[in-house]
Amino acid sequence: MLDGTTAEIRERQHLRVNPAKTCQPIGAMYAALGVNKCMPHSHGSQGCCAYHRSQLTRHYKEPVVATTSSFTEGASVFGGLANLKTALDNIFTIYNPDIVSVHTTCLSEVIGDDIPMIIKKATEDGIVPEGKLVIHANTPSFVGSHVTGFANQCKAFVTYLAESSGETKNVVNIFPGWVEPADMRELKRLAAGVGVEFILAPDTSDVLDTALDGEYRMYPDGGTSIPQLKAMGDSFLTVSLGPLSSKPAAEALEKKCKVPFKDLEIPYGVAATDAFIDALRLAGDTAVPKELEKERGRLVDMISDMSQYLHKKKVAIFGDPDHLTSMVSFLVEMGMEPAIVISGTPGKKWEQNIRNICAPVNPDVEVRAFSDIHFLHQWIKNNPVDLVMGNTYGKYVAREENLPFIRFGFPIMDRVGHRAFPTVGYMGGMRIVEKITDAMFDKRDREDPDHEVELVL
Amino acid sequence: MSEETNSTDSPMGPTGPSAAEAREEMLKVYPKKTLRKRGKQMLVNESPGSPAEIGANSRTVPGIITQRGCSYAGCKGVVIGPIYDILHITHGPIGCGWYSWLSRRNMTKIRAKGEVNFLQYSMSTDMQEDHIVFGGEKRLEAAIQEAYDEFHPKAISVYATCPVGLIGDDIHSVCRKMKEKLGINVFGFSCEGYKGVSQSAGHHIANNGVFKHMIGLDDTPVEAKYKINILGEYNIGGDAWEIDRILALCGIKIIGTLSGGVSYDEICNCHMADLNVVMCHRSINYMAEMMEQKFGIPWFKVNFIGLEGTKKSLRKIAQYFGDKELVDRVEEVIAAEMAEVRPVVEDVKTRTTGKTAALFVGGSRAHHYQDLFQDMGMQVIAAGYEFAHRDDYEGRDVLPHIKVDADSRNIEELEVKADPERFNTRNTQERKKELEGEEFAFSDYEGMMRQMAKDTLVIDDISHHEMEKLIDLYKPDVIGSGIKDKYVIEKMGVPCKQLHSYDYGGPYAGFKGAINFFKEIDRMTSSKIWKLARAPWRDTGEAQAEKSEAVPA
Repeated sequence: MLDGTTAEIRERQHLRVNPAKTCQPIGAMYAALGVNKCMPHSHGSQGCCAYHRSQLTRHYKEPVVATTSSFTEGASVFGGLANLKTALDNIFTIYNPDIVSVHTTCLSEVIGDDIPMIIKKATEDGIVPEGKLVIHANTPSFVGSHVTGFANQCKAFVTYLAESSGETKNVVNIFPGWVEPADMRELKRLAAGVGVEFILAPDTSDVLDTALDGEYRMYPDGGTSIPQLKAMGDSFLTVSLGPLSSKPAAEALEKKCKVPFKDLEIPYGVAATDAFIDALRLAGDTAVPKELEKERGRLVDMISDMSQYLHKKKVAIFGDPDHLTSMVSFLVEMGMEPAIVISGTPGKKWEQNIRNICAPVNPDVEVRAFSDIHFLHQWIKNNPVDLVMGNTYGKYVAREENLPFIRFGFPIMDRVGHRAFPTVGYMGGMRIVEKITDAMFDKRDREDPDHEVELVL
Repeated sequence: MSEETNSTDSPMGPTGPSAAEAREEMLKVYPKKTLRKRGKQMLVNESPGSPAEIGANSRTVPGIITQRGCSYAGCKGVVIGPIYDILHITHGPIGCGWYSWLSRRNMTKIRAKGEVNFLQYSMSTDMQEDHIVFGGEKRLEAAIQEAYDEFHPKAISVYATCPVGLIGDDIHSVCRKMKEKLGINVFGFSCEGYKGVSQSAGHHIANNGVFKHMIGLDDTPVEAKYKINILGEYNIGGDAWEIDRILALCGIKIIGTLSGGVSYDEICNCHMADLNVVMCHRSINYMAEMMEQKFGIPWFKVNFIGLEGTKKSLRKIAQYFGDKELVDRVEEVIAAEMAEVRPVVEDVKTRTTGKTAALFVGGSRAHHYQDLFQDMGMQVIAAGYEFAHRDDYEGRDVLPHIKVDADSRNIEELEVKADPERFNTRNTQERKKELEGEEFAFSDYEGMMRQMAKDTLVIDDISHHEMEKLIDLYKPDVIGSGIKDKYVIEKMGVPCKQLHSYDYGGPYAGFKGAINFFKEIDRMTSSKIWKLARAPWRDTGEAQAEKSEAVPA
């Protein structure tokens, strides 16, 4: 397995090997699926759309529909206006969405298609039916990563749709960041538990985790509705989770509709969940219900019960910046020792932030943004660790190094739990503690010599 | 398809309208231009003996939810990607290299300790904005150097993505320069995603590149009596290994399988074969033709998917070589293998006979897999390819009549001449002439439509809407398709077998593969899970159902 990977690390400047990121449009597609009756549309070659749909489907095991402008060589030379107009005509006639969300690709970015102009032309030509909407996000694949694409799409919801009527409502906006449908569901449960009225956007629950009941619905019940997206401009506060994936939308909303925002981390682990709950409590001037506090206590209890096994265990982790910031904080809370933290997405500030988080337990943590899994693997060969965390591609590293492996992040193509059970919140925290200890214990139970096998752990 | 095994007289199965009515129903929602376009790609197979003209290999209508991918996917993803000991570098922004990383199940084994299986790696120049603005050639050159320094591969290949073509990076001159500098084979593919109308353009580009840069490099003689290559077999789920096993039992040596589980050296040496047999006609017929033109190696179509197909293919190979010893050996192998298969297929057939299937996949599989369903007594009511051409539907005899459009004209046609030293050194062309006298078909492919029953549906590049309608109208017992459709179909309560990835199962080729497939389809079409889809109170307790529906509103 990965037999070309040696312990000799060469600093590569030009070659990415085993990337820990992908390109912007897939993030835009995922975000757009979180809007009710929205058709994500990929403006470029049809291969982009095929790849994104395939990969999202492998991750969710759910239908993922999206359309494409199907560029040919001609469109690439003469521009994509005709293709997009034809596409919109077909999409509204055949698939009848309420809104089409166009995102660009490297192809349409390089040729410089002016999407707002094309949308305007299509509208003037009567291609966009009365009451239907077309919005767009620029998502060049050669800037940032899939997370940037997600953020740009979320921002586009705001810039196109949010309105302020002049009357502020007693509602909190929540931008959840790039989390799973189960996480979105859990965020809603927590917010409802605290007793605030809220709008969550986007919301992929009941879109990418739908029931099998014998009926296919192209537009499932879930997703933030267009009226909700519009109404976000009237909320009195926005809570944005994840600086990279959510903050641009929160900032845009502040600028456009003067809704102030609180910039929080994705609520993985105790402190980040506390911050989320507390922000909602203060905003809504409510009390945290006893049940929720008990839930918190159960997580703390579980960490305490398992702390002897978690203490100072070295973790190699890779993924997306927002996910990593919270998860690394959680590892530190549990007494574990993040040894190497890798993101494929560029971000110098993020690197410093991770170092600060790790400083109390491991000031020498190796942190790299704009890096890759190959580097992580080589580093592990030089600096043994106890656990690997990351997306499905990490299993090759874990197998080669015989390390326990926790699937975390995007994509997870070989397990099913991520779409059903949350990682956010106190319940999500318990799931992570369970997964980590299970993985380490399973290895012990399998490999310890007979005389050291423990019945009770 | 065999009519005797059907439990019904209708070519479209026990329920639903005629194929012509279904076609109308599928088309009627489309805007005028789209209707005209899709109408040409959707036919009732009225005269299987002389198939009607289908509008295949034409542009996808923008806005239609299509199964199709791009030229890069066909080139890197399908044809070249599986060669395990070439170091593959995608030149472009990160996405294309990432999506094509292990996402096709072309399985492989390293041949010797110390070798590296580069399929486990995804390498890319990860172009950033400044490379787009100022050009990416220097970046590519440096990336090739870094890849060489780190891995020391025997060959490096480079794949261009959309923006690379647009900004005008000359990947081929970079490759030539690095080939000279590093002293290893370095070559590039201009397979930008916007080329052609589907993956198919990428197959052609890949064939050209493999032919130019690998085929014929190594003239080392191969010591074997019967030497062949299998072209267009990608070892999904281990299919190529099952074919290897059977041919080895027969005493036939495979030099190269293009390109499933194959090594660089095997490809460089595979022109030493006496015969090319073609599995996936669509993706590799160019290579078969070019190898014949240059080296005089004849080719014919085979199909190792399905019992009848496998037997027929083995017998034809034996007949080609014409040795009684081989002919007898093949019969022994068939008899031994069939002894194992027969009880399984007989058992499965008791449950599958009369059930219906529809297949929408690939450039060959939608045809090949009809054999397996036929073996199980199932009826294929509709089929179509994702990216095939007219010849794959109607047979190669239409080739002279296919109009070359602008999209195809952009794909290079190599001019190939007979190699003065290496053409016809194995008497292969004489053997061909001899056999042709006996009505033995070479360079043949009769296409899918001739094998399909009269008045079934043929749908090229099926759209999401058409698939939904098809299920609404006929509720087939199983649909063979791909990852993008799988869960759409299954939400409707119909099992979907992925015939690109095999749902991570397989092999399905050859005899042991057929056993796997029969058991799998038996499981899928007998599964009780679909019965659980509807909660019991939806049908019995009306008042409660209404109440529960009222809650979310």
